Amino acid sequence: MRFERKDLLDLRTISSEEIELILDTATSFREVLERPIKKVPTLRGKTIANLFFEPSTRTRLSFELSAKRLNADVINFSSSTSSVLKGESLLDTAKNIIAMKVDALVIRHSSPGVAHFLAKKLPVSIINAGDGAHEHPTQGLLDLYTIREKRGRIKGLNVTIVGDIAHSRVARSDIWGLVKMGANVKVCGPPTLIPKDVDKMGVKLTYFIEDALSGCDVVIMLRIQKERQKEAFLPSLQEYREFFSLSEEKLKLAKPDVLIMHPGPVNRGMELPAEVADSTRSVILDQVTNGLAVRMAVLYLLLTR
Amino acid sequence: MSLLIKKGKVIDPASSCEDIFDILIEGEIIRKIEGNINFPAKKVIDAEGKIVIPGLVDMHTHLRQPGREDEETIRTGTMAAARGGFTTICCMPNTDPPIDTPSVVEYVYKEAEKNGLVEVLPYGAITLGRKGERLCEMGRLKKAGVVGFSDDGRWVVNSGLMRRAFEYVNMLNLPLISHCEDPHLAGEGVMNEGYWSTILGLPSIPPEAEEIAIFRDISLLKMTNSRLHIAHLSTKKGTELVKKAKKEGLNLTAEVTPHHIALSEEDVESFDPNTKVSPPLRSREDVEALKKALKENVIDVIATDHAPHSQEEKELEYTRAASGVVGLETALSIVIKELVNPGFLTLSDAIAKLTINPSKILGIDRGKIKEGGVANLAIVDLHKSWEVRKEDFFSLSKNSPFIGWILPAKVEFTIFKGKIVYTSKMEDNKMRK
Repeated sequence: MRFERKDLLDLRTISSEEIELILDTATSFREVLERPIKKVPTLRGKTIANLFFEPSTRTRLSFELSAKRLNADVINFSSSTSSVLKGESLLDTAKNIIAMKVDALVIRHSSPGVAHFLAKKLPVSIINAGDGAHEHPTQGLLDLYTIREKRGRIKGLNVTIVGDIAHSRVARSDIWGLVKMGANVKVCGPPTLIPKDVDKMGVKLTYFIEDALSGCDVVIMLRIQKERQKEAFLPSLQEYREFFSLSEEKLKLAKPDVLIMHPGPVNRGMELPAEVADSTRSVILDQVTNGLAVRMAVLYLLLTR
Repeated sequence: MSLLIKKGKVIDPASSCEDIFDILIEGEIIRKIEGNINFPAKKVIDAEGKIVIPGLVDMHTHLRQPGREDEETIRTGTMAAARGGFTTICCMPNTDPPIDTPSVVEYVYKEAEKNGLVEVLPYGAITLGRKGERLCEMGRLKKAGVVGFSDDGRWVVNSGLMRRAFEYVNMLNLPLISHCEDPHLAGEGVMNEGYWSTILGLPSIPPEAEEIAIFRDISLLKMTNSRLHIAHLSTKKGTELVKKAKKEGLNLTAEVTPHHIALSEEDVESFDPNTKVSPPLRSREDVEALKKALKENVIDVIATDHAPHSQEEKELEYTRAASGVVGLETALSIVIKELVNPGFLTLSDAIAKLTINPSKILGIDRGKIKEGGVANLAIVDLHKSWEVRKEDFFSLSKNSPFIGWILPAKVEFTIFKGKIVYTSKMEDNKMRK
């Protein structure tokens, strides 16, 4: 099978075959990362621009390093305020960067749909590195990769996603990816942070973390943002912690070999107590390593079509 | 100047006329409507196979003059109106400065007199600066010529103030036009709340934001025995409240826009900023309810909510893009495509909602074809389809969600006060300045 897409924008409209192809490709790149010389010449002569309009460390570094591991040239543009202050539109910023003859844009933005918007207007490959609460497809893919790596399969596993589903792009990409690959997905959080009709995405919904954890193979914890209290989504963060943090006690309801995942950055002591974050069941750092392999695979597939 | 229109099928809902007639126009007036008129007119239009309808009346237009002449002027807005078959457009007061004092009303009339191709009737704001704090001098605004009051774009949140507005207009016999949306429930939302906002991750506006606002306005209407017109109704819940209030005999009318009929929340999937409108595009169920409400006359009027926006304000990230679409040039064709051709409305009923119904609400002698009446007419070829192309718009702004659509029914002539202000032959740039 060949990868025919110009862009990677979301996991909602991608097929399970395409996901398999990306994960299989990532497996071979994963091996490269264990070599003494962690570099292949695959994308030599290609240029990739990282456009980050939102603060990010992990994702930006991961994309930068993946591109470098493939021998591509990388330029970075980071701005939490964007060029808007100077009066330049997003589209103009992107067009200017493309005029420097780059082959792909990796874009992170707080507004949903920005990657789709640019993909329609521009001839180069666009990779969505997170657009508001919409999607974060490479995070979804690296989560799938990590589960498959640790469990040998995805189909039939019980996966629970806990936290602020409403504002989470990771939750959406995870849900689409997991459902397509045959997992049984449950989402859990306070009703104010569960988006309307989420069950229509093919998941089960519960407000009780005990229900969500019972018999589960994988639990994905989401970061809780402090602002949610100000916006009246939560009465207090302390109450949130009491009801929704992943304590050792609650974890006993899950399968003994449960995988604990988190897209980072972790709010230690909030959604994850330190001892759980650091326990042997936690694969949070494996996710970070696998992220490199998955992003190498995505860049490779898009740029060598 | 005399003009003779031959053999057109005259559709005038006001008189329930639907027959082939000749129409003779002398000066600004329709002199004669008869089966066969022989008269040496200066100009003769052969309208055989076409329909002749009253010039359309748009109850809800945004012209950007004064303030944003880069987006639309009274000149270009009335050109767009003429192209769409409209001969009367009512402009909302959210200009800069807003239409909240008599001098701005006078400015609009003067500018329309000088540069307008069709009639422009302004609304005044309900509150000063549309801030929802103090009432405008509504009496003086009426004397200056406003045909109604609206803070369109914003709901008057303060119920005490809105009560006074309702009471006060009882003396003026003009309608209040309400943009029904509770701003706190709507929040930062940019699309309808539901499955689609969930998967697209966009901040959302629940239909209850409209329902709650309509409920309050109807309560105040009942309390004050006043008049209310609800702008751009968009939800099933809203239609149910309006239906109930009408049954109770309240003096209440409502409008819907062509885009709320032709599009739904699912179209936001494209993240095309031209699907961003206020109120937002709703669910398919809402769209069906709106069509039913039109059929049952719960909704009286189809109005464009023509909202020109420059490319700089529209071609942006979805959450930052301005809300609104242009509509004057596509309205009639969209109505025929979405409502008449599928059989929801008869042609005559659809035309009524674009002519005589809004005229009655505004208390203006427009929207009909009668001997001795002012000669405002449109001649339309129902059998001719056309493609909506960006470069063809007369409006200064091109923010239409229908670009690329093939639409039925082409306006061939628009006649305002006996003068041809638009013919489809003008489309090759002649009219543009």
